[in-house]
Amino acid sequence: MRPYLRPYTPQLAAMVVASLAAVGAALGIPLVIRRIVDGPIARGDSEALLPLALLVLLLGLAETGLAFTRRWIQGGAANGFERSLRNDLYAHLQALPTAFHDRWHSGQLLSRAMADLAVIRRFVGFGLVFLVVNTVTFTLVIALLFRLYAPLALVTAGSVVPLAFLSQGFKRRYRAVSRRVQDEQGDLTTLAEEAATGIRVIKAFGRSPLVSGRYAEAARRLHDSAVESAQLRARFWSLIDLVPNLTLLGVLVVGALAVGRGALTLGGLVAFMSLVLILVWPMESLGGIIANAREAETAAGRIFEVFDTVPAIADRPGAVDLASSSGQLRLEAVGFRYPDAEEWALRGVDLDVRPGETLALVGTTGSGKTSLLTLVPRLYDVTEGAVTLDGRDVRGLTLSSLRRAVGVAFDDPLLFSASVRENLLLGWPDATDRELETAIATAQADFVHDLPWGLDTRVGEQGLTLSGGQRQRLALARAIVGRPAVLVLDDPLSSLDVHTEALVEEALARVLADSTALVAVHRPSTLALADRVAFLEGGRLLAVGTHTELAAELPAYRAVLGIDRDRPGRVGQVA
Amino acid sequence: MSTANPATEAWRGVAAEVLEDAKGGLAAFLRARSRRLLGSLLTPHRRTLCWLAVVVVLQTAAQTAGPYLVKVGIDRGIPPLVDDGSRGVLLLVVAGYLVAALAQAALTAVFVGALGRVGQDVLYDLRTRLFEHFQRLSLSFHEKYTSGRVVARLTSDVEAIGELLDTGVNQLVFAVLSLVSTIVVMFVLDVPLALVALGAFPLLSVLTAWFRRQSSRAYREARTAVALVIVQFVESLGGIRAVQAFRREARNQAIFEQVNARYATANIRSTHLAALFGPGTRAIGSVTIAVTLFVGAHRVIDGATTVGVLAALLLYLRRLFEPMQDLAQFFNSFQSAAAALEKLSGVLEEEPAVAEPAPPAATAVAPGPLDVRFEGVDFAYRPDRPVLAGLDLFIPAGETVALVGETGAGKSTIARLLARFYDPTRGRVLLGEVDLRHLSTPDLRAAVVMVTQEAFLFTGSVADNVAFGRPEASRAEVEGAARAVGAHDLFAGLPEGYDTVVGTRGGRLSSGQRQLVAFARAFLAAPQVLILDEASSSLDAPHERLVQDALHTLLAGRTAVIIAHRLSTLDVADRVLVVDGGRIVEDGRPDELRAAGGAFARLNEEWAASVGGAREA
Repeated sequence: MRPYLRPYTPQLAAMVVASLAAVGAALGIPLVIRRIVDGPIARGDSEALLPLALLVLLLGLAETGLAFTRRWIQGGAANGFERSLRNDLYAHLQALPTAFHDRWHSGQLLSRAMADLAVIRRFVGFGLVFLVVNTVTFTLVIALLFRLYAPLALVTAGSVVPLAFLSQGFKRRYRAVSRRVQDEQGDLTTLAEEAATGIRVIKAFGRSPLVSGRYAEAARRLHDSAVESAQLRARFWSLIDLVPNLTLLGVLVVGALAVGRGALTLGGLVAFMSLVLILVWPMESLGGIIANAREAETAAGRIFEVFDTVPAIADRPGAVDLASSSGQLRLEAVGFRYPDAEEWALRGVDLDVRPGETLALVGTTGSGKTSLLTLVPRLYDVTEGAVTLDGRDVRGLTLSSLRRAVGVAFDDPLLFSASVRENLLLGWPDATDRELETAIATAQADFVHDLPWGLDTRVGEQGLTLSGGQRQRLALARAIVGRPAVLVLDDPLSSLDVHTEALVEEALARVLADSTALVAVHRPSTLALADRVAFLEGGRLLAVGTHTELAAELPAYRAVLGIDRDRPGRVGQVA
Repeated sequence: MSTANPATEAWRGVAAEVLEDAKGGLAAFLRARSRRLLGSLLTPHRRTLCWLAVVVVLQTAAQTAGPYLVKVGIDRGIPPLVDDGSRGVLLLVVAGYLVAALAQAALTAVFVGALGRVGQDVLYDLRTRLFEHFQRLSLSFHEKYTSGRVVARLTSDVEAIGELLDTGVNQLVFAVLSLVSTIVVMFVLDVPLALVALGAFPLLSVLTAWFRRQSSRAYREARTAVALVIVQFVESLGGIRAVQAFRREARNQAIFEQVNARYATANIRSTHLAALFGPGTRAIGSVTIAVTLFVGAHRVIDGATTVGVLAALLLYLRRLFEPMQDLAQFFNSFQSAAAALEKLSGVLEEEPAVAEPAPPAATAVAPGPLDVRFEGVDFAYRPDRPVLAGLDLFIPAGETVALVGETGAGKSTIARLLARFYDPTRGRVLLGEVDLRHLSTPDLRAAVVMVTQEAFLFTGSVADNVAFGRPEASRAEVEGAARAVGAHDLFAGLPEGYDTVVGTRGGRLSSGQRQLVAFARAFLAAPQVLILDEASSSLDAPHERLVQDALHTLLAGRTAVIIAHRLSTLDVADRVLVVDGGRIVEDGRPDELRAAGGAFARLNEEWAASVGGAREA
């Protein structure tokens, strides 16, 4: 946290100074009042009244002016702090690998970036300053009280004991409850997100009552924890209210007796009570500040849980830029395991893809095709062995140059809430209109021109809903628009109808002629694009060869593609 | 709504919703609607709120007694003490003060605690009502409204109302009551001095009115900005694979920093407004105290009032202005809660386009296989673009029908109408003899299940996700369903078998694996009518073959509609319908149609050619 606070040290210091000066001005007022009561009032001297009253006015205005200064500075500092911390959190999250995001819900991350950061901002702008200011105020007032009349000061200072006692107990219990409330809020957000994004499935199965029940259950848990937290605060606040009240009572009793004995003037007593009143707010606010500090501590803990995760996939020291690539891709004894899995997703895979060659990956669901594809742009890193591009280990290349050389289309085509153009130029913002049009034409995505605002139409979650086939064609266009040296395509044509598929294939064949490509394939039809085929089973590479060779030699291969032995070109069911 | 420079926002693209939001002038109506929602939320708590009002009045009385007792102590308790050392009055004052202080503490605890509970009850009520309402609303709504906005309604908007109930109401109640009680007591103590103190009020109300206007604007801007931050955050991290693969991080960072800066600026603006308002009221307070002191001291000198009264008045004045500053906080939370209420009441007044039948009209379908009939069905997503016109279709009970045709031909629309995701604009869809519109949702969903291409998985294990088809199913039944679709070995072979947690949106499974889960789910649901919309597109051949074997069993005795681009799926179909431009152009058994040399035969040839295998090396 400290590096983020450091740039704001002058502001924080100014806030503390302004607050302390305001306290000083506030302290002056009762002293002047004492002089009014003991001086002009006691002597019946109206003349001397005006300057003293003006002094009270001046001190009052100074106090508010300083309070204004403090809060004005606070606005800039606390929000600036929050903003830079949030920017860095976002940057860090973007740098964390896919494996991290597989584990974390975006709801959990969002509550860290928004709710938790807001809590910390409040603490920095308010709690932290007043923790210092209130302590100083308390000490100052008590010191002043000792000078006025020691026995009364002792009574006032004594009030610290129950206060400290109370807040200690409160701290412990509040910490536990507030953490629970925050976690349960995160759970509820996750449920809301799932219900919103999965609404079609929920409707299709008529499971609204089920998910509503789950949501109500989680909302009830949050309700109970929040009520518990509210009760805790209610009890604490009322007790914390009681302490200054009892202190004031003690001051009245002891003070009255002292006035009776002539040890204290009436003006002194009035001033004393005013001073004790100044202590009321610091004492009362203590509860809020402590709660805030606890919350901020929990929130900071949750945020640093993320910050402390070191991006496992990053530029290594001495990583080199890949200026241009011939597209020679090689897998050397590659083994890969998902971070928290025990089983190998890939093991002992050796594969050599020649520049310009299109290699299809064939295998059953779960055979490791997708895992293999994610290793090329380093969405995951190999567990053992190496992936090399132009003879260089991809881990020794800068991520940006590697990913510039590798274009990707996933089986689950994700579009962002942005214009079609922005989505297509995702990786190549400087591509020309011509390149863009070529990519659109190749992917048979001309439908984009018929959208309400053409290429400027917003798609994705917040925009126009497109069909699976349309999204898939956009994803394909996005992968090829920059003409990368290596293309990694995961079942790129699965959602297209036969007619469109044939058109895409024809156009894609031209693109693939001068790129190296790895294409995961489920259908024999897409194999038309491939020069060679690699056959995977259970994470192992069983064979590499042309489709004809594999189809002739391997029954398992034929089974995976659903083709007949005698007529390797035909699909069994249709023929 | 957006005030940002259009040039820097161009990447966002244009969407219909932006144009919708630009419409205004509904403010008054919106407010009435919000009030109705608030009223309906608070009505169940009327009685609690009533006795809480009594508690808070008592609490205020106890609180107000304090300074008055101080005054009595100074004016009546101290003189006898000074004169002859008698402590009687002082002791009475002490006892009174003690009682008042204890009562104040107890009543505060009761009030804050009970109000906190009411607030949480209201939030719970609101959350569940909203959630259920979103579930009730039709797909046509969700397609327009987008999930990001649904989540925002359920989280940040509800929290804004929670904030108001949690602290805002407390602040308002205490501020108003201490204001009223202080004014009353001041008048009782010394009328001229009270009048002097009241002189501050015109100034205060001008300041407050100004602040309210400004902070209303500032808060709207802050909420717009925070929504942009949230969308950017959730979307880009949800799609982190694409972000990283396309080196989008820097651009994302720039966009995020821009929206985040806008959010910070909005926050700074509202903090600065509060910085003007809070100390502003205090400045007015300081002037009032100084003037009261000046006038009061004169009156004490003239013998018109006592030192005790002056001391008490000064104590009261402080109490008058402190809570006023809290009102700044209250206005802030009030503004955001009002904006949230506006949006929430709008959503809650949305009626589902596909309405639940009125209870007397609800009819049950007969058990066993059902026939399906489309009678003169017209349908359009947008009025100017008809998708189906006068469609007639009869599917006898137990028949499996495949819909074939190019993208956009209307296949999915037929499926969606049959699943009653939409209602026809004209004509009707009958299940057995019952119009779909007359079936209750539970009956409809028990009878008709649709499996779509996007196999959505929920947080939880593979078993949980399969059991989504029939939540009361035992583990054995779940495994039985997986076996039936040929996925048992695959699921059992996952790291923790059926208990493997699937990760965010099923991220730990491949799309093929996700589709198998969806299939097992549909199998377990065992509906009378099953619709498969491209459901097997991501399956590899062996799995698809397993699924097709399973389909033979599954579809036996069931009515089924299958949409597939892959003609291999047609293996299980008794009958093929070729759809083109929203019309059925061919209808017959697959082999008949293949032989007939029409559109289906052509499609079939294209398909056969496209699976012609790899380029010969």
